[in-house]
Amino acid sequence: MERRENELSKKAEEFLRIFRKGEEFTQELLKENERLRYKILKLEEEKNGSAPLPHSSQIQELQERLAQAEEERSRLANHFKEVEEENKGFASKYLEVEEENNNLANLYVASNQLHSTLDFEEVMRIIIEIMINLVGAERFVIMLLDEASGVLSTIASEGMEEGTIRKVRIGEGIIGGAVQRGENFFESDLSVGSLDGEPRPIVCIPLKIKDQTLGVIVVFSLLEQKKKRLTRVDEELFTMLAGHAATAVFSAKLYSQSARKLSTIQGFIDLLSGREDTWGQNG
Amino acid sequence: MGEIRFLVVEDSPTMRQLITFSLKRIPNAKIIEASDGVDALKKLKENRFDLIVSDINMPLMDGLKLVSMIRSDPSYRSTPIVIVTTEGSQPDREKGLALGANAYLSKPIQTNELLKVVKELLKTE
Repeated sequence: MERRENELSKKAEEFLRIFRKGEEFTQELLKENERLRYKILKLEEEKNGSAPLPHSSQIQELQERLAQAEEERSRLANHFKEVEEENKGFASKYLEVEEENNNLANLYVASNQLHSTLDFEEVMRIIIEIMINLVGAERFVIMLLDEASGVLSTIASEGMEEGTIRKVRIGEGIIGGAVQRGENFFESDLSVGSLDGEPRPIVCIPLKIKDQTLGVIVVFSLLEQKKKRLTRVDEELFTMLAGHAATAVFSAKLYSQSARKLSTIQGFIDLLSGREDTWGQNG
Repeated sequence: MGEIRFLVVEDSPTMRQLITFSLKRIPNAKIIEASDGVDALKKLKENRFDLIVSDINMPLMDGLKLVSMIRSDPSYRSTPIVIVTTEGSQPDREKGLALGANAYLSKPIQTNELLKVVKELLKTE
């Protein structure tokens, strides 16, 4: 009886051990099942491309970064505008410098040429060249003033019929008036000089040394390509001409006068020394 | 960069000086001047030039005749020629260009304009 009980007890224990193992195995299966389901879910999410939703703190951080990036973009856009404006400024400055350079080259060449000679005819030729090549004048005259009579006489002309403008009394008309005032005259309508009939000055530039007026350059028309307007360099050239041409004309006149005087004196000296020689021979 | 040789053909000393003065702004520029077409042809035989700037109205031989003579010389067939003159009308411009000039500038010239044209021609040469 007791032996049977022992056998039963052993069998029960054996059954329980097997049962527990079964339970453990079932637990393991459940865990594995859960793990696999999670894995399937993950794989499905990855497959659908949907990342797991970030945490709220991450969202906030991303929003802050976005705001910063937006601020940076706006700052860069403003800076770009500033640089662009600066660039435009530099470009217009460059053009100004180029124009100034052009003006200076013209002024340098004009003054250099005007003072390169003391020959009166040469000075006249240079003034004519400057008027044609640097200013773009088509028809013009150069007149000199006889202070004693107060009459301006044409001494050189370009593109004008001979004798068109011979003499003008100081104070008379546009030319005489400009000389009397000693101020440059610029006609606002540049086409009037080329009208039919009596030529009408469009520019008068008195040739002056300080307050003394020596003559005047009178322009009646400009070259076809210049007819539209007078540029700033033209006006600067005219002002420069007023001074430098006057000085060159004055120097050349003075030089030719002194050359004449020198020749006369030399003639006297030669005459006297010749007479001395004759006297010496006679004595 | 080697020397760039220019021939400036102009009878007016004022214009000659202005053109020379402008071209001197180009680095390594060597400028030789001629006062008319005949003088220019003599200098073209004596030297090699990279670019020629010439006036049209000149004594002895005018600029248009000079351009056609330069173009008939095989060694100068492709050398750029810039014509500078007071003749601003379209027919003159067309005549000059038809004879073989590469560019045409009307007097009074703007030195920066001349430099722009010259630099452009030297680049495309």
